[in-house]
Amino acid sequence: MSERLVTFPHMGEYWIAFETLVLELGATPLVPPRMTKHTLEVGARHSPEFVCVPFKYNLGNFIEALDAGASVIGQAGGGCRFGYYAEVQEAILRDLGYEFEMVNLTSSWSIGEFIADFKRIAPGVSTLRIARAFAIAYRKAKALEAIDDRVRKNVGFESEHGAHDRIVGRFHRELRAAGAFRDVARLEERTLAELAALPLDKPERPLRVGVVGELYVLMEPFANHSIERRLAEHGVEVHRFVTLTKLIEHGIRHRPHVRALLGEADPWVKYHLGADGTESVAMTWKLMQEGFDGMAHLKPFGCMPEVSAMSVLQRISREHTFPVLFVSYDAQTAETGIRTRIEAFADMLAMRVQGRTSA
Amino acid sequence: MRKGYLGVDIGSISTKAVVVAADGDIVASAYLWTEGNPIGAVKRVLSEIEGQAAGTDVRVVAVGTTGSARELIGSVLGAQVVKNEITAHAMGTLSMHPDVRTIFEIGGQDSKIIVLRDGVPVDYAMNTLCAAGTGSFLSSQARRLGIPVEDFGDYALRSTRPTKIAGRCTVFAESDLVHKAQIGYAIEDIVAGLCNAIVNNYLNNVGKGKEIEPPIVFQGGVSKNVGVVEAFKRLTGHDVIVDEVGHLMGAVGIALLAKSSGLEGDFDFAVREFEFQTMGDECGGCANNCEVVYVLRDGEFLDGWGARCGTGIERARTASAGR
Repeated sequence: MSERLVTFPHMGEYWIAFETLVLELGATPLVPPRMTKHTLEVGARHSPEFVCVPFKYNLGNFIEALDAGASVIGQAGGGCRFGYYAEVQEAILRDLGYEFEMVNLTSSWSIGEFIADFKRIAPGVSTLRIARAFAIAYRKAKALEAIDDRVRKNVGFESEHGAHDRIVGRFHRELRAAGAFRDVARLEERTLAELAALPLDKPERPLRVGVVGELYVLMEPFANHSIERRLAEHGVEVHRFVTLTKLIEHGIRHRPHVRALLGEADPWVKYHLGADGTESVAMTWKLMQEGFDGMAHLKPFGCMPEVSAMSVLQRISREHTFPVLFVSYDAQTAETGIRTRIEAFADMLAMRVQGRTSA
Repeated sequence: MRKGYLGVDIGSISTKAVVVAADGDIVASAYLWTEGNPIGAVKRVLSEIEGQAAGTDVRVVAVGTTGSARELIGSVLGAQVVKNEITAHAMGTLSMHPDVRTIFEIGGQDSKIIVLRDGVPVDYAMNTLCAAGTGSFLSSQARRLGIPVEDFGDYALRSTRPTKIAGRCTVFAESDLVHKAQIGYAIEDIVAGLCNAIVNNYLNNVGKGKEIEPPIVFQGGVSKNVGVVEAFKRLTGHDVIVDEVGHLMGAVGIALLAKSSGLEGDFDFAVREFEFQTMGDECGGCANNCEVVYVLRDGEFLDGWGARCGTGIERARTASAGR
């Protein structure tokens, strides 16, 4: 029998953590080929036309990985159509004639189920080893998020173009190789220090924009046409709150988390909107009160939880004259329209601040 | 000698240019069809502008470009400022209507709304990827009904009982329209129904959730259609201002932005004499196959766009050097 090669969907740079997880479980990872237009083309070709676009990207990753020799796919799910991704994708891939094993890591959020799923990925692995593998992968994800967060806030103000990217590129390479918890922690610390040492041309009170919406288009720059970077380039400090590790924490503590969010989203939302919808409202409301200059709300075309959130956000925006940029993504790859909208949005925020200070 | 600022707005349908003097005076303006050839249109518009500016004491010291061909033309003209049309329209309109609170804009391919308070844009929205309710929809329906699009508004005004037409989607609207014509509605009522459909579509999509307050200024090619203007007045319950020079607002705005940038450079109308050539290529550097577009001036690489990374532009530069 040929070797078991374990693959997973791409999302931002999280492949570094996923790869570590598989390795530490004692299995052999196969990182799907880098996301390109081809990924989306094959994914969309074999997807239902009206499914949300993350499904198409995931399927494209799987097809490209299977073509490269993968035999096991790790997939997750969530509180919307995302909950059906694994089953539907498995059926589509089987119809296409692929042979593989599909492991849905979030079919239920119980510890026992998690362990059973990991044992399917790496047969014979001990529970202790699973715990360690998960912990180190989780730590790497945390490190990625810490660096990412810093870059989002400062890259728009760097004095030397490309300085952040250079440091981050090296960080990714070293993070991939890091084996021990201590190495990850040191690397994170050192990288943050290097970033902090970069000269910035940053005003005392920069424009601040929060980015909220559906998790996948938030976290995959290829899918959102690098909207965070485009905003930053117009002199904006970008804040984002949805991250993979937060989603995992919220998945484990689902009920108290939803209760807390509903508290923060009061008086706008009384019932949970599903997936990240309630959070989009809660964060918008909170950041508006904190004096942010605006929000960007991202969603795949037809995303139900975020469509529900949108009408609330429109009301907050209207009643408090708080700018919200709404962006819907599908399988289109032309960036021109999005660039125009982002530039206009950033201009408007800058003019608002100017108007306020000169008035 | 006064300083002047050249603003050029190159839309998908029409190209507009103005020269604004330092004191805000518009000393030259021109308007013509783009006809799918932005560089050619700009050369023509510049020769008109040059003629008008020749008799004045104004000298162009900075150039701004806006509209969908702003990057291409920005490179061709060596513009100091290249900005999106939303910002340009807001600035241009504010210069003539300082108290404006809402701007409606319906152009050939897109439509937008800008909400302003105390002379500052505070919110905007643009139509999504669909041309329903824009100028191109109107002109295709006019053609179907055999009416020149310029007369569309007059037909609508003659109607006393506008028929209902679904405006949500161009395809639905078209089948509605054909159906109503076949069962015998008067052409005036159908045209008036279409004007209502456009306005409903606009208010329910682009204008959804926005606070629409007067003074309202309506711009873009469709604002020349009195039927649509009347429908806007009726459905918003407010007066709607259509400016005589509404079509020039984007060009005026970008000229003013060029002025306030403080950047100046040498501009020579002789730029018309150069041979500009645009090329499109697929990069081929990776599976993204970015479509790279670049422009040559007298055979030399000037600028390029469309690549996700630096590779595509470098390849274009090399390719044009070896030509």
